[in-house]
Amino acid sequence: MKICCLVKEVPDAAVQKRIDPETKRLDRSGENTLNQFDTHGIEAAMQIREGGVVDVEEIVAVTMGPGSAQRALHKAVALGADRSVHLSDDVLAGSDVCATGYALAKVLEGESPDLVLLGQQSDDGECYTIGAVVADHLRMPSLTQVIKMDVADGKLTCERQAEYGYDTVEVRLPAVISVGDAINEPRYPSLKAIMGAKKKPLDTKAAGEVGIESGKVGEAGSRTQVLAINPPPEKEPGEIIEDEDTNETVEKIVAWLEERKLI
Amino acid sequence: MSVISDSGVRAPSPPFTDEHEDLRATVRRWVESEIVPEQDTWERRREFPRELFDRAAELGFLGLKYPERLGGQGGDAVHDAVWAEELAAAGACGGVGAGLGAHTGIATPPIFSFGTAEQHERFLRPAIAGERIAALGITEPGAGSDVASIRTTAKRVDGGWLVNGSKTFITNGVRADFLVCAVRTRPEGGHAGISFLILERGMEGYEVSRKLEKLGWHSSDTGELAFTDVHVPEENLLGAENEGFKLIMANFQWERLLMALGAVGAMDWCLRRSVAYALERRAFGRAIGSFQAIRHKIAEMATKLEAGRAMSYAALRLLDSGQDALREVTAAKLFTQRAAVETADEAVQIHGGYGYMREYEVERVLRDARLGPIGGGTDEVMKEILGRGFGL
Ligand SMILES: Cc1cc2nc3c(=O)[nH]c(=O)nc-3n(C[C@H](O)[C@H](O)[C@H](O)COP(=O)(O)OP(=O)(O)OC[C@H]3O[C@@H](n4cnc5c(N)ncnc54)[C@H](O)[C@@H]3O)c2cc1C
Ligand SMILES: Cc1cc2nc3c(=O)[nH]c(=O)nc-3n(C[C@H](O)[C@H](O)[C@H](O)COP(=O)(O)OP(=O)(O)OC[C@H]3O[C@@H](n4cnc5c(N)ncnc54)[C@H](O)[C@@H]3O)c2cc1C
Repeated sequence: MKICCLVKEVPDAAVQKRIDPETKRLDRSGENTLNQFDTHGIEAAMQIREGGVVDVEEIVAVTMGPGSAQRALHKAVALGADRSVHLSDDVLAGSDVCATGYALAKVLEGESPDLVLLGQQSDDGECYTIGAVVADHLRMPSLTQVIKMDVADGKLTCERQAEYGYDTVEVRLPAVISVGDAINEPRYPSLKAIMGAKKKPLDTKAAGEVGIESGKVGEAGSRTQVLAINPPPEKEPGEIIEDEDTNETVEKIVAWLEERKLI
Repeated sequence: MSVISDSGVRAPSPPFTDEHEDLRATVRRWVESEIVPEQDTWERRREFPRELFDRAAELGFLGLKYPERLGGQGGDAVHDAVWAEELAAAGACGGVGAGLGAHTGIATPPIFSFGTAEQHERFLRPAIAGERIAALGITEPGAGSDVASIRTTAKRVDGGWLVNGSKTFITNGVRADFLVCAVRTRPEGGHAGISFLILERGMEGYEVSRKLEKLGWHSSDTGELAFTDVHVPEENLLGAENEGFKLIMANFQWERLLMALGAVGAMDWCLRRSVAYALERRAFGRAIGSFQAIRHKIAEMATKLEAGRAMSYAALRLLDSGQDALREVTAAKLFTQRAAVETADEAVQIHGGYGYMREYEVERVLRDARLGPIGGGTDEVMKEILGRGFGL
């Protein structure tokens, strides 16, 4: 069995995120890191390998992003992936979700994985959709927000988190699964693994090498267009009742609640 | 004044690389999720659990700088430096830092540097695997700063030595499985007659006489040991006979630098905690951080942190490149230990009454920091080393 894990480089949680008003894209300068949710995808792959029910020959980390995204791949390999693929090309800049999903699917076609794992969301874009887009291009079944996964002869039994509880779903492999962070506790990368990561194979691919049609990616190939970016409306400030005389304060609170038919 | 906001996040600079930052992240995550939530219990119990050594070993922390052939991670001194700094920066209490640090930073390095292949197998490999806990025994009731005046003696007998005497203030002393122990192998005093023997728990006459109570470092076990006719076999001699003083001096540089880095980590923690509190706590209708008096305290804490960090990293760069760094290490140790006490004290002050309460942790950091100007060579001794270095 071969597992591909999609991983993304995102701004470090400590960095204040900023949108460039010029390009209307996220300003990605500053410290970047591996998307936290993707570490759960890699851990899930490792647990399948270590579970021993199926033989996992290879775990491949795949990313699309600029040169700096290699850091995310190194981190993914330190967590257990055997090698990595970096799709990087200027024509990809400005791709929206559909274009990103298409481009990633083209890389995956070349890898022919039995299972594609993703994080349920990225820390920056937070679209929650790449999994579905990739699955559509690959014509594979797709499940999202999976928090438990058992593998057995050619199929997966998954529990997916739903608003009302859990769905238990069986899917045939190959499949595209995006996992929630409740699925596992990612391991700690050891120093040995961290230092070994740079020695594992990393293929950098240009768009043309994996058969990506340039008209379908980048800003021009994206079907969404960001027209304007506005901050969310400011919340109305709450009403502060100063506590001078506690009896009076209580009356005021009670009156306020009654007015809104809350008590 | 215009407001310039600075997150303080910087790309790694030499000798640190991305790999070191990844290790730092691993240490931080471990401390935050497995140590910080538990450590108050350990402090009250006056001991962190034995299993912490197992867990640290499992994650590779006990063998960062040791070769893979001995079960280590194959890293180097800089990786160990990251470990020492980040344990404290991520909020591990001094007791945990001391217990794990005595094992990785002071007790096992002499075995690696001076030990035989056979000693590596018997002591270092199980220490890296967390199976045997190590301690370093130099200090005695009658000999601290004046190391050359130790009185624990080892008398030559058939097949080895007979050891008599005592050691005190030994970190991990209560539960150590073996003690890298300084003994006098020549009756005449002074530097020349000191050797190192590895004493093992269970040897007849080896006794833990007391578990000491302390101002801070509560979760670390500090022991007093007594030796009565302990027979130590030939193969437990570490390094050359009568050349133990060299071993002591070799290790002191590294120990002091690790202490400096630990203090830098603790100052970093104090600063972050204090800034957060100063932004949140309100008095007289505003956040206390907006009072200039508090803001300036924060500024001074940040300055001490930056100075201490710069000194420690500079010394680390020298040591790591194989150069002599006696003056730099000594100055870094001297500056950072005092600075950490002052910084922790200011952190308590900024927290007001809450700072005096256990719940807020800053009082513990202050108590823990107070060991710094005493342990690993006192401030006065550091000043002697520095001053004498000028030929005075
Ligand atoms: C309305 C809107 C408009 C946007 N417009 C633009 C634009 O004009 N230009 C622009 O540059 N960006 C734009 N973006 C952002 C960009 O589309 C997304 O960041 C990107 O397509 C990936 O989506 P996501 O990160 O939100 O994926 P999610 O679906 O949240 O991510 C889920 C998982 O997909 C995988 N994944 C996501 N991205 C990658 C990747 N690059 N490589 C490997 N795996 C990956 C990861 O496993 C991740 O955990 C826009 C976003 C929105 C919401
Ligand atoms: C919690 C803790 C853990 C420790 N862990 C270990 C351990 O694991 N292994 C180990 O071997 N030791 C350990 N020590 C011992 C530590 O290294 C000594 O306490 C330290 O070196 C000081 O020695 P002393 O306590 O005997 O003080 P003394 O040497 O008695 O000093 C008393 C005072 O006199 C001053 N003084 C001494 N000589 C001079 C001088 N020449 N000029 C000016 N002033 C001077 C000192 O600076 C100090 O202020 C530990 C100590 C503590 C408190």
